[in-house]
Amino acid sequence: MTGPSGSATSAAAGARPSPALDIAREVRAGSMSAAEVVEKYLGAIDEVDGELHAFVTVLHDSACREAEVIDRRVAAGEDPGPLAGVPVALKDNMCTRGIPTTCSSRILDGWRPPYDATVVERLRAAGAVVIGKTNLDEFAMGSSTENSAFGPTHNPHDPTRVPGGSSGGSAAAVAAGLAPLALGSDTGGSIRQPAALCGVVGMKPTYGTVSRYGLVAFASSLDQIGPLTTTVTESAVVFDVIGGQDPLDSTCLERPVPRTVSALADGVEGLRVGLVTELVDGVDAAVEARVRDAAEVLVAAGAHVESVSIPEFRHGLPAYYVVAPAEASSNLSRYDGVRYGLRVEADTAEAMNAATRAAGFGPEVKRRIMLGTYALSAGYYDAYYGQAQKVRTLIIDALAVAYQRFDVLLGATTPTTAFAIGAKVDDPWAMYLSDVCTVPSNLAGHPAISIPFGADGSGLPVGVQVLAPALGEPVMFQVAAVLETRAPVLAPPQVHAP
Amino acid sequence: MSADTADTAETADTANTADTPDTPDTAGNAGWEPVIGLEVHCELNTQTKLFCGCRNAFGDEPNTNVCPTCLGLPGSLPVLNIRAVEYAMRIGLALNCEVRPSIFHRKNYFYPDMPKDYQISQYDAPINVNGWLELPDGSRVRIERAHMEEDTGKTSHIGGGGRIHDADHSLVDYNRAGVPLVEIVSAPDIRSSTQARLYASELRAILVATGASDGRMEEGSMRVDANVSVRRAGTYELGTRCEIKNLNSLRSLSRAIEYEIERQIGLLEAGDKVVQQTRHWNEDQGVTVALRSKEEAFDYRYFPEPDLVPVVPDVRWQAEVAASVGPMPAERRAKLAALFGPGPVGHARADQIATVVEHRLDELVTAAAGAGVDSALALARTSNEASSAPDAARLLDVPAFIALLRMEQDKKLSATQSKAVLIDMLENGGDPAEIARRRGFEALETGSLETVVADVLAAHPEAWLRYQAGEDKLVGFFTGEVMKATKGRADGEAVAAELRRRRA
Repeated sequence: MTGPSGSATSAAAGARPSPALDIAREVRAGSMSAAEVVEKYLGAIDEVDGELHAFVTVLHDSACREAEVIDRRVAAGEDPGPLAGVPVALKDNMCTRGIPTTCSSRILDGWRPPYDATVVERLRAAGAVVIGKTNLDEFAMGSSTENSAFGPTHNPHDPTRVPGGSSGGSAAAVAAGLAPLALGSDTGGSIRQPAALCGVVGMKPTYGTVSRYGLVAFASSLDQIGPLTTTVTESAVVFDVIGGQDPLDSTCLERPVPRTVSALADGVEGLRVGLVTELVDGVDAAVEARVRDAAEVLVAAGAHVESVSIPEFRHGLPAYYVVAPAEASSNLSRYDGVRYGLRVEADTAEAMNAATRAAGFGPEVKRRIMLGTYALSAGYYDAYYGQAQKVRTLIIDALAVAYQRFDVLLGATTPTTAFAIGAKVDDPWAMYLSDVCTVPSNLAGHPAISIPFGADGSGLPVGVQVLAPALGEPVMFQVAAVLETRAPVLAPPQVHAP
Repeated sequence: MSADTADTAETADTANTADTPDTPDTAGNAGWEPVIGLEVHCELNTQTKLFCGCRNAFGDEPNTNVCPTCLGLPGSLPVLNIRAVEYAMRIGLALNCEVRPSIFHRKNYFYPDMPKDYQISQYDAPINVNGWLELPDGSRVRIERAHMEEDTGKTSHIGGGGRIHDADHSLVDYNRAGVPLVEIVSAPDIRSSTQARLYASELRAILVATGASDGRMEEGSMRVDANVSVRRAGTYELGTRCEIKNLNSLRSLSRAIEYEIERQIGLLEAGDKVVQQTRHWNEDQGVTVALRSKEEAFDYRYFPEPDLVPVVPDVRWQAEVAASVGPMPAERRAKLAALFGPGPVGHARADQIATVVEHRLDELVTAAAGAGVDSALALARTSNEASSAPDAARLLDVPAFIALLRMEQDKKLSATQSKAVLIDMLENGGDPAEIARRRGFEALETGSLETVVADVLAAHPEAWLRYQAGEDKLVGFFTGEVMKATKGRADGEAVAAELRRRRA
């Protein structure tokens, strides 16, 4: 195989440093202690996060304790697992036992979950150490991490700009080297979009492959947890760790989740790649140029690339902005001041409920609760929610047709690179357009990954997206690994760990 | 429900109707036809709740059977209890329903005792549809659906007379939150309070017979709401209905329906309209009062529950469940009645049979009759002594029970002695002959009975003269004296026979 430059290169990932895997290798070998690693990352957070605000909670004490346990196990000759001693940052909508879980909302003031999310248990079982909880748009509703009750997160590549969202804290933490890996949640692009804007790898798994138990629900039929990492290999390793059936989540698939790490080195020779018109036309010129470069890279690596139009994608955004708020309006009803979190006292239960919600939710959350409540109301259900579900079926059917011709699809992750903080806060629709390239995968329940692929004229990262059919993670990672090895090198972020 | 309670309640019904002012016609409904449909919620007696592993138990310390899921904590998810689905299918099959693939919906409304502020329920795709229930009087009531849903927590209002509006504060117990319910919705086929009561009572017997619910109205494990409307007799268009809540017993069910029928007829005859409302039955005052009107009704914003997958009971599973559901009360009552020959049994015997079926003690009667014991004797002992301790009676050693009845039938034990031995067996188990021996029970030889009777008559010469003069009720007095003298070992019938013999 030959790359665009004509030089012989390997399709295997790993050419780039993988901080998480490097740590795990050294900790397992006993050549580095987990305690040292954790201390180093906590120090970096203390030094740099004042500027970024990627974290809402930093777990100095518990992280050190967890690291010591890992070190003792290594010393005793045990293998703590594939993520031994790797610090991990969790988006703050994943439940952590005894540790505040805020969803970046005032309404969860003071709430400490009595249980760990399944993904947290699985990460710990693989040897990872939780070092902190990251900032997000309140209840994951947003595309810039500006809708946080605790203030916005800044993009490490340009702190005057947004990191994307809603998993902006996780993306910024990994980009700035404050955590070697992080988890995010993706309902309409909330992992992939900030990954693209921060220059890291962000992956949304097939719906039902990763347990949602302990993920605070935004839109249950769309939410999925996934990794934000520096490299594609790390992404695959984390997916293999957190994926798989969970008896606590009825929507988990019963059949085994495919292992992905083994597929990474397979290359793209002979693979059929569809370049989706709707995910290229209309995006910023610089973004479009990088996507076309990526297509060239795949051609050079032996893939057959062809354009394909999926017109149904145009209906994705409106359908998404009916389904997601509708489910959210119901999921967020439980924040009523009765059992946990904020309570604003009033004379009657009803008045207490209203006052609590008025004070506890931010404006974007209120907007979506109202949108969703309306969409589900008697007399409007068929016109909105019913219709949106039909669009969902159309998109699934259109993708099924496309996947008869192609193994994977390729396109932009976002229409633009990182925008300035404040630029879109007064224009919800402009903000919603940030998700236009990512929502189809959520509506279909399919996997997709964003890989950093060069920069625009201002040096801001651009992400390209690889989409695959349900349970197509192995071929998706295979293609992503090839793109990664041939991607233009990105300048280091302005703000990063020392 | 014993015959006694039923009779008392029926009397009260009649009295209530008769006492209602403004209705000179005590027949009540002349020219009008009541149309009634019942919605019955029953709690399933599964070990655990509908969507989590918490214990499903009544009366435990508040908020001890709770977890993140039934408390609706952020991030928790429901997992369907497959045993609850099986129980719902049992109920559906017992009510002659079609069992269908079903999905759960969310019913959204705010209430402090509902942890998620939505209830997971079934809406337009319920598990059981289109069944029917046959009442003991032979009439049939169609069942529209019997669907699954979760129960809410239980609120207690403290201070201000226990009402939410003026309570000082309220306490919520979430032990009940997430307990599995089946809601059984009848078609509006019921035409009177008596029929409504028969329906509720028969449904209760069926629920208990399936083993899916204990049907206890007083503990709230069976709750009945009534939809009541009236129309001119001979017309077909349905009138405006009111839904009546807070019916905590079969007695309040029929009282409330009677009241509501009269109220609606009164309104219509005065030229007013019935307003579609939810009304609350006030047991103390014997009236229904408006709770909320149709305009104030909630918009529940139903949509399919995205955290659960559809329930698709395959044919094999349905067949297994159907096989596990035994014969229903009507069939079992008929089988017991047949022991007494063709044709209907009398009222008293029908009540005894209903009691035996309700307590699932049919086998004691059929086994004893099958072994040649007198059916009336087997039914009497089962419907009285055995039914007063039904849990123990279901564990009773059947051959020992038959042996006891034989001893009574063969006059080796008097009725009184036999009852005492049976109660002992229910409490402690054991062999009836052994118990009788231990208690010193030996039936008196005919010879010695004659002696005892002679002694008693000699001691009460005046009573003996009155008896000879035809005062038959004195048999009871003499029998009592004989029992005293023999410490209960004499047989009452033998005493009566001996008295008759001597008078003749």
